[in-house]
Amino acid sequence: MTEQLIEKIETMEKKHEKQKHQREKEYPKSSVTLKIYRANRRAGESPHYDRIEVPVQHWTTVLDALLYAKAYKDQSIGIRYSCRMASCGSCGMKINGIPRLACYTKVSELQGREITVEPLSNFPHIRDLVTDFSQFFAHHHNVEPYIQNDNADMQEKNKLTEFIQTPEDVDKYLQFSYCIKCGLCYSACPTVATDTQFPGPQALSQAYRYFIDSRDTAPKERLNLVDNRHGIWRCHFAGSCSSVCPKGVDPALGIQLLRGHLLGYSKNEKKAAELKERQKKDD
Amino acid sequence: MRQLRGNTSMEREEVADRNNREGMMGWLNPRRYGWERVSYWLQRLTGVGLLAYFIAHIYETSQITGGPALWEAFLELTQTTLGHIILIVVIGMCVFHSANGIRLIFAHGGKGLGKPGRPDYPYDAVSLNYRQKSGIWIALILALVAMLYGASVLFGGE
Repeated sequence: MTEQLIEKIETMEKKHEKQKHQREKEYPKSSVTLKIYRANRRAGESPHYDRIEVPVQHWTTVLDALLYAKAYKDQSIGIRYSCRMASCGSCGMKINGIPRLACYTKVSELQGREITVEPLSNFPHIRDLVTDFSQFFAHHHNVEPYIQNDNADMQEKNKLTEFIQTPEDVDKYLQFSYCIKCGLCYSACPTVATDTQFPGPQALSQAYRYFIDSRDTAPKERLNLVDNRHGIWRCHFAGSCSSVCPKGVDPALGIQLLRGHLLGYSKNEKKAAELKERQKKDD
Repeated sequence: MRQLRGNTSMEREEVADRNNREGMMGWLNPRRYGWERVSYWLQRLTGVGLLAYFIAHIYETSQITGGPALWEAFLELTQTTLGHIILIVVIGMCVFHSANGIRLIFAHGGKGLGKPGRPDYPYDAVSLNYRQKSGIWIALILALVAMLYGASVLFGGE
């Protein structure tokens, strides 16, 4: 009995030792080299990469590593960030070629001892890792990302109107409202890469978010906004937007569902409800 | 120390002009974003390939207007090893484009993608589900099988 127990303990110890060894193998990085894209054409500086070695821990994010480099190695690195917890969407950049949030990407989950950080593609470049979001926000603005309701009285504050929704109604748009406008989907989209007038996955998924909201009474106008040559038909469901989204918004799903309404695949529930109400009144 | 020049309007314009778009290069690297991107890339590539074949086919059949001898001579080109390989590739392109196209007809209308809900960590996208991935794999397998059959007919036999 005792022998068995000792044997068991020894096996467990061996197992722990093996696991420890494996962990060390998995996280051997006590330091990594950041290969940072640097360019500032306004100052006459042509694009090049700077290599900076930074110390890292298991929990170090790429943003932590970049901020370390900025604090102790080169203060001139241009980087945009704010919340450090994947809520503001400011620190989007290409990490090892894929658009990601720097604050949401741990160094330990990346392969190799060198990490390449570049500005997001498909956004006009400003300096180093900073890009211009004005075109992206303009597309977002163009799909009228707000509830339009003829019954809501916005003039008289005392006469506030309440619009009741069931949890099922909320589920239809909730995930799309989690968008933090980080621009990763816009950067990954192959259509945006070639067509400047294409609204992009973010704007189109927001069009669906308001289209399907039961409080919104302008579905037809919303469909008209995206139903054009450079609009929703340019999406070919490459799915890259959804694979890079850090918040689970799944823009590709929103776009296809919206297109389903345009193609007549999906029934328009608002129209059906409207017809039902009209029928009730007639009766 | 960096030297910053003044913010003249001309310089600002120059900055705004830099679009930083990936362009066609964005299409050429399908490995970064998973199977759906590979399928997008193959669908485009096979589409362009089939269009090229269609044009070549029209040209080939138009040769009959020059008489049977010219037609026969042109047809001989498809009986060479290179002609056979091209035909096998065309078979593969045709089958993949059709099978994947059927998947896309439904997916583009939101069918087979799942329903929106409340996303939880690790935030896997509903639309990139196994039904879609299986559709891509089936299209690839069908294309491969058709190509193998085409090869056995063209190179085997006689």
